[in-house]
Amino acid sequence: MTDTSRHERTDGSPYAPHTSEETAEMLAAVGVESEAELFDVPEPVRFDGELGIDSRSERELRAELSETLAKNDDLTEFLGRDHHSHYVPSVVEDLTRRSEFLTSYTQYQPEITQGFLQALFEYQSLLVELTGLPVANCSMYDAATALGEAARLAGRVRQASGTTVLIPEILHDNKREVLANYVDGTDLEIGTYPMDDGNVDVDALAEHVGDETVMVYVENPTVRGTIEERLAEVGEIADGADALFCLGTDVVALGLLEEPASVGADVVVGEADALGLPTAYGMGLGLFATRETFLRQVPGRLVGAGEDAAGKRAFTLTLQTREQHIRKERATSNICTNQAWVALRTAMHLAYLGPDGLVDLAGQCVREAESLSEALNGLRGVKAPVHERHHFREFLARTDQPAPAIARDLETNGFAVHVVDDHLLQVCVTDVNAAQTDALVEAFEEAL
Amino acid sequence: MNYDQARYGDEDRYEPLLSEKDTTSVDVDEASPLPEDLTRDSLELPRLSEPELARHYTRLSQMNWSVESGPYPLGSCTMKYNPSFTEDVAADPSGAVHPDRSDGTIQGTLELLYGLQDYLARIGGMDAVTLQPPAGAAGEFTGILVAKAYHEANDDERSEVIVPASAHGTNFASAAMAGYDVVELPSGEDGRVDLEALEAAVSEETAALMLTNPNTVGVFERDIEEIAEIVHDAGGLLYYDGANLNALLGQARPGDMGFDVMHYNVHKTFATPHGGGGPGAGPVGVTEELAEFLPSPQVREREGHYELYEPEQSIGKVHGYQGNWLVLVKAYAYIARLGDAGLKDAAAKAVLNANYLASQIDLDIPYGPFHHEFAATAGDRDAADVAKRMLDYGVHPPTTKWPEFVPEAMLTEPTEAESLDSLEDLADAFDSAMNDSTEEIESAPSKTTAGRIDQAAAARNPRLSWRALGEEE
Repeated sequence: MTDTSRHERTDGSPYAPHTSEETAEMLAAVGVESEAELFDVPEPVRFDGELGIDSRSERELRAELSETLAKNDDLTEFLGRDHHSHYVPSVVEDLTRRSEFLTSYTQYQPEITQGFLQALFEYQSLLVELTGLPVANCSMYDAATALGEAARLAGRVRQASGTTVLIPEILHDNKREVLANYVDGTDLEIGTYPMDDGNVDVDALAEHVGDETVMVYVENPTVRGTIEERLAEVGEIADGADALFCLGTDVVALGLLEEPASVGADVVVGEADALGLPTAYGMGLGLFATRETFLRQVPGRLVGAGEDAAGKRAFTLTLQTREQHIRKERATSNICTNQAWVALRTAMHLAYLGPDGLVDLAGQCVREAESLSEALNGLRGVKAPVHERHHFREFLARTDQPAPAIARDLETNGFAVHVVDDHLLQVCVTDVNAAQTDALVEAFEEAL
Repeated sequence: MNYDQARYGDEDRYEPLLSEKDTTSVDVDEASPLPEDLTRDSLELPRLSEPELARHYTRLSQMNWSVESGPYPLGSCTMKYNPSFTEDVAADPSGAVHPDRSDGTIQGTLELLYGLQDYLARIGGMDAVTLQPPAGAAGEFTGILVAKAYHEANDDERSEVIVPASAHGTNFASAAMAGYDVVELPSGEDGRVDLEALEAAVSEETAALMLTNPNTVGVFERDIEEIAEIVHDAGGLLYYDGANLNALLGQARPGDMGFDVMHYNVHKTFATPHGGGGPGAGPVGVTEELAEFLPSPQVREREGHYELYEPEQSIGKVHGYQGNWLVLVKAYAYIARLGDAGLKDAAAKAVLNANYLASQIDLDIPYGPFHHEFAATAGDRDAADVAKRMLDYGVHPPTTKWPEFVPEAMLTEPTEAESLDSLEDLADAFDSAMNDSTEEIESAPSKTTAGRIDQAAAARNPRLSWRALGEEE
């Protein structure tokens, strides 16, 4: 086989470097005539058929997949609801594609993986600054699974006192379903508390929280984009019942809204991928931070600082006895592979923005939502925002005409918005689509 | 091989932390459009210029080992080469869509996912596949929840999952997370499942047996048909842990062996990058009778139109949306690049490489015949020390001290991506490290960025952020 044909080959793996001579030499060294002899697989379970998967060259595949993905309509998305994106600078894309990061494994040999360990330690440290809580792990899959893990943690540390996890009545259905699966194998039960004009109905919550409550979950901003106003009271209510206060948020909102530690949060979960990761069909990065008290109950990997033989500061995975590879069925979680590379991206984006850049970006999320809701509210037959609250990135709009029909019209004109109910739409605006808000309002007006 | 890893820093530390390069504090109230009582007071974070940021992370990257740096033969991890073009495919901006888009506007995305469901079903010999689980362990959890839903739908509540002692730790943890009692099955003398022990372990409480095949010493469970019969006769399901699927691509299929449910580790078998610990993806394949219990949504095709739907008795969701899209795209591209012949060849070369490497080293390998990986024993030497010494020879060492039933185990999986020359470098590293003095191996490594790190001390005094480091000073 010549060097040029190797890359085009479809009769074997193009990523196995063996020449025929090398293969022959290796087979001889092993003492067999063919690779088939090395498979100790009984005849009845051998596969002799065809999988029916055609091999294509790299060039063909790039063209084919680009053509496939081009079948997606080119819409300007005003979509949020638990999957948010902001502009990711090229330097983040570029540096995270370095193969030393991208193609490395979990840091079980810390001496040779100081670079990634330090990057993850920095990620944890950034979350500590943002949440005010002293312990942040180095990633969960996404916000929904992080919430599931938080409920399980609450169940363990408040085992003696009860079994109820309280969640808001208004929550993304997906998150509720994931949570239900995460507690399926436990004694935990999920209860809901009512909302008042988009936010926690604090007085009703106080009624709902009792001795059996192990965790109260609140989001800020909420799934409808409203900003909570009485979080410290929620913290006190939870604390009064010896329940954990779990706050769901995202990494941009954390730059501006009340610091979780200052309102008494025991666990913070949410989307860390709002920075660093562009829209990726729901791929995420779950942030998870908590108090020192629960350190040994934390799910997932933790990076700690230590010393090496030269007496220098060095980093290593730590407190691994919590984890599945050591503790097996008694582990705090089954998580092994996580979202480390996304955490690297998020940390880079945060350091790129700095605190002023982050506060500016978060401020923009408030201002853009306000001005877009005002503009939509000016249209006949539209009331926006529905909730008389401050909003972050997104808000509800009530429409006299059926919302699904309006959304379809908008789609035809190149815009995507959420349909929340028969007469409720949800619109999300960030730095990414802010330049298209006038066009959206125009299309909205036509659709009415 | 001569090797010295990059080592930036001064006498106290390696590359300074972001916070040691810059710390900036801002008064949030002043910059905020919100009433003061809804915002935090201040925020203190590092802020680096783009050139400083680029240099910081480039230096960190140089102090890190990767598949593209050299051999990375971690057993059960399948650290194969990750083709560059798959990154370009995943970066296609047309694929950057929000998951709440209506089906009709994301036909390309759905077509690709449908295609991957189909490819994986073919490779595993399964009838239906969900792509939602974001990692292998998430796949296990999903698969066990599907098994649980199946039993419950048959009014047949069961309380136990059987897991061989040699299984990956995630198996135990995933079964326990789903609410099952874990019954540990001791390994037979030949490293395989002991049929008598299995007969004794199964009962009407058995929901499933979780099995890796080839198992975690690379040995094929030759009795797989009998194993399937024993489990099925007891009314249990057979779960396939896909961590070692690379050994069997196109050569044998879990579905043909009697497995009812399986997960795939696309970040192992299908060459998507491990990213320093993730993201991966852990799709789950099932037989027809379990398909109705898969997570929602699934993708189906109707007259050329792709749509999402909820299986009738779906367990619901296991991820906030549809899993790790960027990873799934890369897996699709890899599988399509290889095709039938390439997949079969990948397994063949992976098995050849493991066997060739084994033939070139002086360590004993107690269990065989093995396939894509082998568990060598360091004998009277400490496997962890030998591994640290191997770092000085410019290779990454194998997985050490696991599985536990192999004394001083060095579980080695070179994958098909290592060349003959590279395998010889690895063999030299093994033998050199084994022959070095105890003093040399105990003081290793010296060529890596950091010297030996006292992990026990770090765990006794956890310092998990720069804030914690600052408070100490």
